[in-house]
Amino acid sequence: MSLTENGGLRAERVGREAGGRLILDGVDITPPPGATVGLLGPNGSGKSTLLRILAGLLAPDTGTVTLDGDPLAALGRRTVARRIAVVDQHAVTQVDLSVLDVVRLGRIPHRRAWSAPDRADEEAVTDALRRTGLTDRAAQSWHTLSGGERQRVQIARALAQQPRELLLDEPTNHLDIQHQLELLALVAELPLTSVIALHDLNLAAMFCDRITVMKAGRVIAGGTPAEVITEELIEDVYGVRAVVTPDGPDGRPSVRFLPRR
Amino acid sequence: MSSGDPALKESVDSNTADRKASAAAGPVWSGGPLAVLLWTGGLLLLLLSIAVAVTIGPARISVPDVWSAVASHLGFGASELSPIRDGIIWNLRMPRTLLAAVCGAGLAVCGTVMQSLLRNPLADPFVLGVSSGASTGAVVVVVLGVGGGAVSLSAGAFVGAICSFALVLLLSHTLGSTTDRVVLSGVAAMQLFSALTSFVVMTSADAEQTRGVLFWLLGSLSGVGWSEVVLCTAVLAVCLVVCLAHARTLDAFAFGQDAAAALGVNVARTRIVLLCTTALLTAALVSSAGAIGFVGLVLPHAARALTGSGHRRLLPVTALAGAIFLVWVDTLARTVLDPQEVPVGVVTALIGVPAFVAVLYRTRSTP
Repeated sequence: MSLTENGGLRAERVGREAGGRLILDGVDITPPPGATVGLLGPNGSGKSTLLRILAGLLAPDTGTVTLDGDPLAALGRRTVARRIAVVDQHAVTQVDLSVLDVVRLGRIPHRRAWSAPDRADEEAVTDALRRTGLTDRAAQSWHTLSGGERQRVQIARALAQQPRELLLDEPTNHLDIQHQLELLALVAELPLTSVIALHDLNLAAMFCDRITVMKAGRVIAGGTPAEVITEELIEDVYGVRAVVTPDGPDGRPSVRFLPRR
Repeated sequence: MSSGDPALKESVDSNTADRKASAAAGPVWSGGPLAVLLWTGGLLLLLLSIAVAVTIGPARISVPDVWSAVASHLGFGASELSPIRDGIIWNLRMPRTLLAAVCGAGLAVCGTVMQSLLRNPLADPFVLGVSSGASTGAVVVVVLGVGGGAVSLSAGAFVGAICSFALVLLLSHTLGSTTDRVVLSGVAAMQLFSALTSFVVMTSADAEQTRGVLFWLLGSLSGVGWSEVVLCTAVLAVCLVVCLAHARTLDAFAFGQDAAAALGVNVARTRIVLLCTTALLTAALVSSAGAIGFVGLVLPHAARALTGSGHRRLLPVTALAGAIFLVWVDTLARTVLDPQEVPVGVVTALIGVPAFVAVLYRTRSTP
């Protein structure tokens, strides 16, 4: 994969205000193409807002977001949706949809009005179902799926968009531990640039190539899990005591929390 | 991106499973034989319904009489019918039946679009205050005599409907434009204009006027002529084209506005275009035939049960189902208490309420 200097998604000095409060304060982030980047930070630290700005769903008040060097704001919504897919923490619908219907939604940015879906659409959908292990569930109703299965379907929908960047906002929030592990393993294996907002430090250490830590609207640390996830940082960001040992897979950090003094 | 990448998750029996999925899925997505069958079958059923509905009534008329009258008026051969029978067919029953079809189709399509756009299964074409505004406009013209007889009830209703919709747009824009705010603005406008209508009727109308206004409010297709048919058909055609052009976009709203935006939809533009289009069509229909309720609420749900929720197939089928439904309901309305006529809105409500309960019952367990 050859890359230009401006390749991929890049946020520079991004700021955003809401109700007189600074939600994001000069945030820089450049996810390395192909990497899985974990976005950590307490509630209200600006993770979701940053993801919405990276997806082009929200315009920053200051700073710019660029995609291969082009400002996101100058690209059309459809163009952006063909490059960047978004998975939210909890997708809700009242519409009676099958798994297949949901995955097909991912082809919307690729199709023009009036046109029938073509071969490329069918192939992208079939491929997305296969990669998420949902081929046999295609006909099942969305409303009969468990939370973990629903998130898996949303990832299949995102893959059908054939993006190069995947943004996930706490995708494992409502899932049991088995489904959390499955979902993150799936995302980490994808050959896409992924940015995942997460709460669980151990899961972030286990599955992410890079970690970016936010606090009060600023990025305060960035690097590999071993560089970033330390006892000092956890104390500083979350105000919690913890013991960090290199006991995770491949010597990645493992976090054990301690009761308050 | 190569699907042969060993790092990717592979399911063991992907080959057979793939074939199964595409075989099950192909026709459903891209129209396919079922859609063609529904579409042509529905169209034939609609034409037949219109032809048969025109024959029903106090004057005995046969289906061949209807064909002969229609053919002669369209310039194919001379009619052997008496002028009276020809007049009954061409000037009374035909425009009325056709307008019933147009109203049914239009209200059902508007209801479908509203339900999808506002993500509310209980939305209908009148949810943004169009019918309440129309009734206020109508009573202002009929009861207060604004316009001095130069302005018709329909024109007054149309202006009232547009004013009410404009108020809803302004309110929802001011209040923050989320889906909930749009619906709440509609509720507010509906209450306001209903109150205005009641106030005018209570303070100024005599018994005869009150009865007339009430009859119109409940929806009635009596006494409509070709001008209404032509006008409403033209508006329906334009709106159908706009809505069908947005079919995929409407699918994208299934998981909400943010999800739609993330799929490349310009949410603000789509919403304003579709709300204005459906409001215009609803205003035209209400001005001609009054506020015929329940068609726009119940028919979309019935059509969804037939076609699934993809709008490319749903919208045409909803239009046909609405048209056929209202042709028969109006036939019932004008014959069941013959010679007295029941407002068609009363009949749709009588049929619609049980259907509505069934819809609620069916959706009771979905979150």
